[in-house]
Amino acid sequence: MEISPDAWVVLHIGPVPINATIFFTWVVMALLVLSALLVRLRLSSSGELTRWQNLWEAVIETMRGQIREVSGQDPGPYLPFVGTLFVFIATANILAVVPGYAPPTGSLSTTTALALCVLIAVPLFGLAQRGLGGYLRSYIQPTPLMAPFNIIGEMSRTLALAIRLYGNVMSGTVIAGILISIAPFFFPVLMQMLGLLTGVIQAYIFAILAMVYIASATRNRAGAGAAKGDRND
Amino acid sequence: MIDATLIGLVSIVTAGLTIAIGSLGPAFGEARAASQALASIAQQPDEANVITRTLFVSLAMIESTAIYCFVVAMILVFANPFWDAALASAGAGG
Repeated sequence: MEISPDAWVVLHIGPVPINATIFFTWVVMALLVLSALLVRLRLSSSGELTRWQNLWEAVIETMRGQIREVSGQDPGPYLPFVGTLFVFIATANILAVVPGYAPPTGSLSTTTALALCVLIAVPLFGLAQRGLGGYLRSYIQPTPLMAPFNIIGEMSRTLALAIRLYGNVMSGTVIAGILISIAPFFFPVLMQMLGLLTGVIQAYIFAILAMVYIASATRNRAGAGAAKGDRND
Repeated sequence: MIDATLIGLVSIVTAGLTIAIGSLGPAFGEARAASQALASIAQQPDEANVITRTLFVSLAMIESTAIYCFVVAMILVFANPFWDAALASAGAGG
């Protein structure tokens, strides 16, 4: 029983072994880029939309709406980062119904990389919105005594993001594997369907949590409103 | 040198206890969160969108404690480092 696709080497490029995690990450990236190119080739602003353009416009419009509701700000600057996280994780999880595919998000390496991106993006967005002084002041927000706890909180939520996504996707794979060995026909199918639902919800939650963290770092004004969990806008 | 059987026994019992106790707390927490959210939706159906979104996010936060326990249990059962070390030293020793 494997609990990570890291050990499964798919092919070698020269002397470098390419494991399943990297290989399927490339597959997902290629699919997304190809579908984006496909839409771009036949982009139209008239009433006649192609199917793919319609799909992506609906997805992006929904993401913009969600970001606007969560952050209470213009979604423009955040859409590329948060939207990419959502689309990548959702595609990686949904493809799990394809036989022979191992979701790259079922490996702790991928999810850690994604969580590290969030860890780096939060201060960057905070600095861009509030400047150095304003951003650093958010660390000593209630009192300077809280500074270590704010820093620990930032680290631990990164860890939580990574392990949450990894645990959910990995548990789906492992449970399907166990069920196939004890009840081969219908139960695994049901668990796969449940896995689809969980996969999309986890992608949504990852993106929303990233957005919540960014919003709490960029929210200027309202004095103490920089503290996490403060919902004044 | 500890017997590999003992390591396996302790690992399996601990994995069971980990997932059993570790899922108790989040189960209570999620039940409370869900019932509160349903009550609020019944009171204010207009706010159902916001409440549902917050509910999903908080369920994920609560659930992650159970997921941590699950990951630890999986590591104990399928990728136990002590078990591997015991097997390796047994193989090397005799």
